Amino acid sequence: MSKTVLIADDEPNILISLEYLMKREGYRVVVARDGQEALQAIRHESPDLVLLDVMMPHKTGFDVCQEVRADAGLQNMLIIMLTAKGRDTDIAKGKALGANDYVIKPFSTRELVQKVHDMLTGDA
Amino acid sequence: MLKRVISQHLIAVFAAGLVLLNFPLLMLWDKDIQVFGWPLPAFGLFLLWAVLIVLLAWIMESNGD
Amino acid sequence: MLSPILVIGVALAYLLILFAVAYYADRRAQAGHSVIDNPWVYALSIAVYCTAWTYFGSFGTAVSGGVWFLPIYLGPTLAMVLGWLVIRKMIRIAKTYRITSIADFIASRYGKSSLLAGLVTLITIVGIVPYIALQLKAVSGAYRLMTTPPGIGSGAAVSWWSDGTLYVALLLAGFTIMFGTRHLESSERHEGMVAAIAFESVIKLMAFLLAGFFVVYGLYDGFADVFTQAMAQQELKDLLSFTQNRTFPYTQWFSLTLLAMLAFIFLPRQFQVMVVENVDERHLRRAVWVFPLYLLLINVFVLPIALGGLLFFGADTVNPENYILALPLAQGYELLALFVFVGGLSAATGMVIVEVIAVSTMVCNDLVMPMLLKTRRFARRSGGDLTGLLLLIRRVAIIGILLLGYLYFHLAGEAYALVSIGLISFAAVAQFAPAMLGGMYWKGATRHGALAGLSGGFLVWIYTLMLPSLAKSGWMSQDFLNEGLWGLAMLRPEQLLGMSGLDNLTHSLFWSLFVNISLFVTVSLWRRPSAREASQALLFVDVFQRSPVTHPVFWQGQAQVHDLLQLTERFLGTARAQRLFTRYARESGLNDIEQVPADAKLVQFVETQLTGAIGSASARVMVASVVDEEPLELNDVMRILEEASQLRIYSQALEEKSASLEQATRELRAANQQLQSLDRLKDDFMSSVTHELRTPLTSIRALTELMLDDPQMEAEQRQQFLGIMVTETERLSRLVNQVLDMARIEAGHAEWHNSDVDMLEVISQAVNSIQATYREKGAALVVDAPAQVGTIRADVDRLVQVVLNLLSNAVKYVPDEGGKVIVRLQDEADGITVEVTDNGPGIDPQRQAVVFEKFRRVEDEDNDPGRQHKPGTGLGLPISRQIVEHFGGRIWLHSQAGEGACFGFFLPRQAQKNGGDNNEQNGTDCG
Repeated sequence: MSKTVLIADDEPNILISLEYLMKREGYRVVVARDGQEALQAIRHESPDLVLLDVMMPHKTGFDVCQEVRADAGLQNMLIIMLTAKGRDTDIAKGKALGANDYVIKPFSTRELVQKVHDMLTGDA
Repeated sequence: MLKRVISQHLIAVFAAGLVLLNFPLLMLWDKDIQVFGWPLPAFGLFLLWAVLIVLLAWIMESNGD
Repeated sequence: MLSPILVIGVALAYLLILFAVAYYADRRAQAGHSVIDNPWVYALSIAVYCTAWTYFGSFGTAVSGGVWFLPIYLGPTLAMVLGWLVIRKMIRIAKTYRITSIADFIASRYGKSSLLAGLVTLITIVGIVPYIALQLKAVSGAYRLMTTPPGIGSGAAVSWWSDGTLYVALLLAGFTIMFGTRHLESSERHEGMVAAIAFESVIKLMAFLLAGFFVVYGLYDGFADVFTQAMAQQELKDLLSFTQNRTFPYTQWFSLTLLAMLAFIFLPRQFQVMVVENVDERHLRRAVWVFPLYLLLINVFVLPIALGGLLFFGADTVNPENYILALPLAQGYELLALFVFVGGLSAATGMVIVEVIAVSTMVCNDLVMPMLLKTRRFARRSGGDLTGLLLLIRRVAIIGILLLGYLYFHLAGEAYALVSIGLISFAAVAQFAPAMLGGMYWKGATRHGALAGLSGGFLVWIYTLMLPSLAKSGWMSQDFLNEGLWGLAMLRPEQLLGMSGLDNLTHSLFWSLFVNISLFVTVSLWRRPSAREASQALLFVDVFQRSPVTHPVFWQGQAQVHDLLQLTERFLGTARAQRLFTRYARESGLNDIEQVPADAKLVQFVETQLTGAIGSASARVMVASVVDEEPLELNDVMRILEEASQLRIYSQALEEKSASLEQATRELRAANQQLQSLDRLKDDFMSSVTHELRTPLTSIRALTELMLDDPQMEAEQRQQFLGIMVTETERLSRLVNQVLDMARIEAGHAEWHNSDVDMLEVISQAVNSIQATYREKGAALVVDAPAQVGTIRADVDRLVQVVLNLLSNAVKYVPDEGGKVIVRLQDEADGITVEVTDNGPGIDPQRQAVVFEKFRRVEDEDNDPGRQHKPGTGLGLPISRQIVEHFGGRIWLHSQAGEGACFGFFLPRQAQKNGGDNNEQNGTDCG
């Protein structure tokens, strides 16, 4: 039974690369192009883990994260924030809003895969 | 600035009142006419007086502190 | 007729109500809620001006002279016009130096002279006694009318012990003592008394108006009816005109106005309520017009009542002064008559209470105390609380003054009309005008000048007005009236130096004021003022120019705190003195009375406090008796003044400095804030650049790693990834170029290759290079331009860059179906306008301001539902703006959310001097 990973990013090229990466690792992949879509996908597909970009139109990654954590049914969903803004304040904000981890762009695919793998197995 | 303007207004009203409420200008009212039942001389005096009060009230109350 | 018991009972009941009002006001004041701290109450208390003279006497004048009763009220009205200037200055001076009477005011101004204080008090007593007699006469007359059956004359002689007037006088004395001297606080306000006076003003106005309504609308059919009936009789018709069929005495009208104007300001009771009892200077602002209004109201019915009485009773049957009572009585309206009687009582008692309190304070402080202090034994006797003695003196003075009033009433009262008696008093207090006004506005006025002027004026007044009044009453031989003193016709008191043609009042007023002013001015000019006079003159005349801090203290010598404290205790009581000193110490920033330095400031403080209780002259003497003074020379005055003004300049400079420091602090704070916000901007910029750089890098790195990990990757997949990498690399280099471009333009290092540019060419270049993108998106691109336009001087590549920016910006936001962008070019005389309009979602007005800022793509701000994220560096529009502005043009955005956006720019044909041409040296000009 493969785990489901939701990838939310508004940059189509990043989406392509991440989709390829996660599929290669054997996960079921769902994609979303903005915050709104991401929330809908979270509700419908209930993914095990979300790779959540911060800077997205309609709803930022922070907003999405906050709403997920406010929903009692989604408490255990794993969230990894992706951001191109590497400021400490941004990281602290993400953590405070309940993200499980924080990855700064550009990232190493190997490390990201490792992180996702660890979190999903740790969870199991 | 403002205070000086008030002083000037007051002095002007005072001078006007002094002249208007004295002779010979009062003689202008000395006619055998009744206004609202009042003989003109008495009516004139009270009218001038009332106008003076209204002017004074206007000067003092419009320059709020 | 009413029973005497009833009338007396009502009068007593009214006085009790008055006392209750006073008691209530005192209690409220103690609780900290002053009743009289109110401009309306203040204005009503000033209406103590309207006495029995107004209430009864006016009819006498009206019946014999028509409108001649009016100058007495027009004068005060005119005085009030200047009240804000003159009376306010008196208030300020009196408050600053704790002056409590006219005598003290004049004495204090002229070097705290006890001689002057005594003289002013003497004039006041002599002058005011007839006025008090007037009130007694009015009250007793009214009482007799109320209680005597109609038809019986009131002339029956009565022995003095059965004369009600004496008892009225004694009753009023007792009442005044209760009001004014329950405790020694004349330096403070008589809250209760003022409240009672204001209350009385309301009662007397109401009673008067009620009587007026009764006569005009009850007895007659309105004003018109009264006047028409009166005009029907030739005598009354004459009465109502100014000329009255004889030569009009212009001068008397003017002199009456002038006299009333001066008396209104300088009557002791007016000084008491207007100046001493004033709570707040600002109350004057309203009082100056409310009081004249009160006067007008109380006078509206005088003429109708007088005429009504004349028509009703006929001439010479009833004393016109009693019309206001006689008319209701004759009609059987006894209750109304009783109320009117109470109104008259109000008018009389109000005047008597305030006047006698004011005069008794003067007698005590300015006449008796200085004499007591002169007796060495008294002055030496240290210790011993004198507050009881002060109260006793005042009480005796009150009784004495009222008895004098009664005496005058007995001597001269019956022969004279109320108004004539009052005018004698007016003329007496008018003598204070030169010394008072001169003292307030002329620094050169001296003590000798004031003494000479006052004495001269007073003597002339006695000779030309007072003595004739006594003579006419039969108490003196009338010979000197007719033949002059020692038979010299030149000295006839009412035709002095043979001056005839004036009525006796105008005559006396002219001569007394003439002598007064002449002596005052000449004697003042003759001698230089002494040091003390000069110092007081400065303090009085310039009272508005000094703040408490920079107040000069004209005193030098040695003193002991202990002595000063003991002195204060003697006159103010131990508790109050301790309180004052403790407060003084605290205000000087000290904990204890012992630490207070015995300097000039303390001496001044003690003297001011004592002035409130015993008058300035006595206070001066007492303070001098316990300290070791060095005599003050004129030079010292000048030196102290110099120091004070130095202090003032110093404190002004200090103030200015602190103001400029504050200004500097404010500027620094603003600059700091600006720096901080610039710093934040820079931080934001860096963060944005980082973001824009990292995003393509992310794709490139991820895809590279994927391909690296998987050498067996399908060719097609690999091809796609490589394609993406190329695009992202291009995006990166574009960004780097634009950031550099931006930086160069901002720093002014950009290269500009200026030539004569054809805007049509620019647009067609831009359109050609972006045509493909539009085709991909399926959007229409329409160019609307004239066939030919004039050239402008600019850099062609830069302009293409601008147009391209706008076009690529527009195509990002047009809808997928039916997208349309219009480029409009307008050629005008002064330049060219290009507008790019899209049919996209438009931009919110609030966000329009930021679109031209770096990295502020509209959707970044927060989530605009209309605009989706579109690829772009966020530098296109800012760079465009820089370029357009470089050529002296402007760029703008017009948009309504939901109705598309229109970006436009204007380029002037003649670039501004600081525009492109300046920088041409930096670049290569191809033109």
